[in-house]
Amino acid sequence: MNDKSKPISEMSFEEAMAALEQVVSRLESGNAALEDSIDLYTYGTELKAYCETKLRDAQAKIEKITVGADGQASGATPLDVE
Amino acid sequence: MTTDGWGTTSSTGNAHEYTVSEISGALKRSVEDLFGNVRVRAELSGVKRAASGHVYFSLKDDKAVIDGVCWRGVASHLSFVPEDGLEVICTGKLTTYPARSKYQMVVEQMEPAGAGALMALLEERKKKLAAEGLFDPARKKPIPYLPSVIGVVTSPTGAVIRDILHRLGDRFPRHVLVWPVLVQGQGAAEQIANAIAGFNAIDGQGGLPRPDVLIVARGGGSIEDLWSFNEEIVVRAAADSAIPLISAVGHETDTTLIDYVSDLRAPTPTGAAEKAVPVRSELEATLYDLSKRLTLSKGRVIADRRDRLTALGRALPKPRDLLGLSSQKLDDLSDRLPRSLMAVVQTKTGRLNRLIGGLGTGQLRQGLQYRQERLKQQSARLQPAYARRLTILSDRLTAAGRMLDTLSYERVLDRGFAVVTNTNGDLVTVGASLQAGEQVQVRFKDTARAMIVGGAGTDNKPDQDGAPGMTASVSMQKDKKSTKTSGTKSVKKAGPKPAKDDGRQGRLL
Repeated sequence: MNDKSKPISEMSFEEAMAALEQVVSRLESGNAALEDSIDLYTYGTELKAYCETKLRDAQAKIEKITVGADGQASGATPLDVE
Repeated sequence: MTTDGWGTTSSTGNAHEYTVSEISGALKRSVEDLFGNVRVRAELSGVKRAASGHVYFSLKDDKAVIDGVCWRGVASHLSFVPEDGLEVICTGKLTTYPARSKYQMVVEQMEPAGAGALMALLEERKKKLAAEGLFDPARKKPIPYLPSVIGVVTSPTGAVIRDILHRLGDRFPRHVLVWPVLVQGQGAAEQIANAIAGFNAIDGQGGLPRPDVLIVARGGGSIEDLWSFNEEIVVRAAADSAIPLISAVGHETDTTLIDYVSDLRAPTPTGAAEKAVPVRSELEATLYDLSKRLTLSKGRVIADRRDRLTALGRALPKPRDLLGLSSQKLDDLSDRLPRSLMAVVQTKTGRLNRLIGGLGTGQLRQGLQYRQERLKQQSARLQPAYARRLTILSDRLTAAGRMLDTLSYERVLDRGFAVVTNTNGDLVTVGASLQAGEQVQVRFKDTARAMIVGGAGTDNKPDQDGAPGMTASVSMQKDKKSTKTSGTKSVKKAGPKPAKDDGRQGRLL
């Protein structure tokens, strides 16, 4: 199962979502072996928790780059556009 | 002018003697007075930007050249970047530079000579960059589905950044880094290109997170306003960006060169925000749906298996049933075995009987009967055919008899002719054979009379068979009043007929 080759914490939200979708449809199809299906379910709940965290943590953070003498970004300061 | 050797100069009248500075100053005043405000249409060449910010160039047409300068204050507010080959209309004044015996135009306002000139320049540049493969679709990188950090290159003030941040907040709040730049005028292109390169230079180690996607944006404006985004330096920076880049310059109808090279073109800055992030509430709904199905499927995995086990157990047949079925089948077969043998015998017998039946006398008898039938038919047809033939022959005989009757010499006698015979009873056919005074027997229709032949016969050529000649003689004797010619005529008429008819009668019989 290629989804498991990558730790969940390294997945992008999109990857985790796709993996969860796959887990659900495999469980629903009833084709998974009984032993596998328990593992699958556990994996699915982990994916779900990860996706929920990703969604919940979404917060706007607006910063303005400050440019150093070399023309490169030297830092950032909060930007208030209103 | 003449000289007389040592220092004496003969003056050329009362002309004023200028110093170089004086004459140069006078010239400068004249030029500046006379050309204090002029408009010049020219082609730019030798454009050079000094460190001071001033821009030096030549204005030329096909025959002449004037140096030009654009002081920093003016140059930084130009709506486009002056470059070689561009046709422009300059407004300003002419002035001189006395230290170098030069004059030049100080340009206070410069604009491209019509949009056509800019478009031509744009088209040419586009072709050049396309030839390098910068616009190749294969170069385009996919935009990440849900970026964690979004880098925005635009003006830090104004509607554009506000629109982008608003739309991002509505859909999916993210960490946004804004790289402030000028979006038009002098230096804008350099700043934009530097910002794109700067974002790419962030490696995420020095406290600043590296953006997952870039948005380069600007609001709507004239082609000159948007010109910075057509500059080669900007296009190349965008092409070199390792971070996927969304361009959103001007309105939907405006297309600048950065739009061709970007990985995704958004019609507006708001559109760029929409393409950068998905809608969080929709994702939450999808996740909720998936987790519900996950929970449901957990119980179902066990329940489904139990159900299937029960169903399979129920479907297992009982041993007695298995035996019973076989024994019933055996009974059935045992029953059918003798009967099937009988059926075979019956079939064979039937076939044999049919074959024997075919061998009987029936067919012979049938053949005979058929032939008898045909004989009878033929006989029946024979009788009428024979009768019909007889009738035909009899009818023909009757007709022939009637014809014979019609044509017999007696019928000729009816019509006034007579038959002459000599005393021997022989038929006289040749008149010349009769002697004068010879007695002949003349037979008429009703009776025969004896007659004596008169004088010599007259020659009667046409009647060579003789008999008519005789008849003619007789007729002459018989009808003495008729002239010779008339008599001959009458003979001629009647003569041939009996001979001819004789032939016909012969044929008939």
